[in-house]
Amino acid sequence: MAEAERKSVVAIGDLSFEEALAELEAIVKGLEGGQQKLEEAIGAYERGTALRRHCEARLAAAEARVQAIVEKEDGGLGLRPAE
Amino acid sequence: MDEPPPRPNTPEFTVSEIAGAVKRTIEGAFARVRVRGEITDLRAYASGHLYFALKDEGAKLRAVVWRASVPRLSLQPENGVEVVATGRLTTYADRSEYQLMVDRLEYAGAGALLARIEALRLRLAGEGLFDAARKRPLPMLPRVIGVVTSAQGAVLQDIRTTIARRFATPLLLWPVPVQGEGAAARIARAIRGFSDLPAGGPIPRPEVVIVARGGGSLEDLMAFNDEAVVRAAAASTIPLIAAVGHETDTTLIDFAADRRAPTPTAAAELAVPARVELEAALAQSKARLAGALARAVQAVRLRLAAAAAALPDLPGLLGTARQRLDDREARLGLAVAAVLAGRRGALSLAGQRLRAGPQGLAALRLRLARAGAALPDPPALLAASRQRLAAPSARLGPALLAAIGARRGALALCGQRLGAGVRSLLARRQRAAAPALARLSPAAITARLVLERSRLDGLAGRLDGSSYAAVLARGFVLVSDDAGHAVTRAAGISPGASLTLRFADGTVAARARRGGGASGQRR
Repeated sequence: MAEAERKSVVAIGDLSFEEALAELEAIVKGLEGGQQKLEEAIGAYERGTALRRHCEARLAAAEARVQAIVEKEDGGLGLRPAE
Repeated sequence: MDEPPPRPNTPEFTVSEIAGAVKRTIEGAFARVRVRGEITDLRAYASGHLYFALKDEGAKLRAVVWRASVPRLSLQPENGVEVVATGRLTTYADRSEYQLMVDRLEYAGAGALLARIEALRLRLAGEGLFDAARKRPLPMLPRVIGVVTSAQGAVLQDIRTTIARRFATPLLLWPVPVQGEGAAARIARAIRGFSDLPAGGPIPRPEVVIVARGGGSLEDLMAFNDEAVVRAAAASTIPLIAAVGHETDTTLIDFAADRRAPTPTAAAELAVPARVELEAALAQSKARLAGALARAVQAVRLRLAAAAAALPDLPGLLGTARQRLDDREARLGLAVAAVLAGRRGALSLAGQRLRAGPQGLAALRLRLARAGAALPDPPALLAASRQRLAAPSARLGPALLAAIGARRGALALCGQRLGAGVRSLLARRQRAAAPALARLSPAAITARLVLERSRLDGLAGRLDGSSYAAVLARGFVLVSDDAGHAVTRAAGISPGASLTLRFADGTVAARARRGGGASGQRR
């Protein structure tokens, strides 16, 4: 049980924002449908909460950095901060 | 008369001198010109120089593009194309020619340019480069946004401020010239360069790419109509947003891009969602999530309560069962003790009798004698029975006789109580109404007596009704022996004894074939 939980949390970390949001929306709809068994509902709620936290973390991780690509002599690429 | 030919006063030039003079004149008079004409006689030499001629209806002008200028041309010269060539007019003295050294070529007139763009659009559309099926959805929230535009200028600034306002996201700029010589090739390379970035490499791979340029003339935007740029945009493995020029400008990259934005600011708005809206939507999801679970739990709790109400009272059931168990246990203990005590008593009695064999025998004899003495005298019994049989209820058996006797006794008692009651009534009446007593008719008393008599008769009738006659009518038989005694036990019948069987409607004489009782009962 704890193993599966940890696994699902790891899986959430790999989700993109929109995947997490879509799954969260599906969970909310499923819960609101009220057809789930109580245990499933609680599991869904926990997953939904984890997804929400993941989305919120993604929203909080905002960064306005700008970098520019530099094409080097040897054909490679580099980065430099751009104003 | 005979004059030497007059020395011409026109100056004399060598060929080279005149060529040089012409050159100076032409270059001085036409330092830099723009010439419009149709390209013809186009030849590319191995040296890299490009030769052609510009012609119109009445003239032809030789033109050359030096190798160094060729890469900077904004169009690829073709025969039959009407262009405006910019350059210096000069002479080629070797051939007595003048020619235009071209450093810039433009399509002549918007109409011609648009016609060329349209032709390219049709060709690329025919290849399916602009098919709707090729369009990929933009990611909702890209982690990195690639931008292909000029490092200077308002475009990048517009994109930066819009991204920062909506949702601060790292930008990766691939700086390119957006017009002029070589711009198209640089733009195409930048688009391909972003696509070629490996995921997880040192340079973060953008999840969406914006190709942008501010407004300008049709010629200024031509790099974005370039076939290489359009093909690169169509081949991009990263979803691509094109935002070139103003809203009214349309370039071919718009058709190849996954999304077209009218301005760079609009492109930035397409690239990232507004963070406040996402946060609001997320907060709403959070509330719905908690609410839905609370409702689910509440519904289950209600069902649980309903189910619990329907459950039997288990503690009560257990209590009852325990009580019954305790009861059985107590009775079990008592029963065992009683059985043991009984067996022990019987054992000791048997032991006593065993020990006192002769004495026991004597005692038994004594008891037998006593029993014999106590036995009623048969003749006397017979006489008594005859006496009872002589009574009016001759048919009555001994038991019924007793019952009748009892009833009769009760009746007599009733009669006595009646008499006493009447007497006391009379006495009371006499005492209470002595004056009226004289007038009182004895008829009332007589009537009362008659009433009591009829009740008595009724009781007698009911008494008769309960006689054994009714039992006989139901199929039972009254058996009596020779003496007329009712035989109630088989043990009392000896073999060959004559018996009288009384049915409801008469009597039958019978003889016993075998003596009474089961053999086991005989002693």
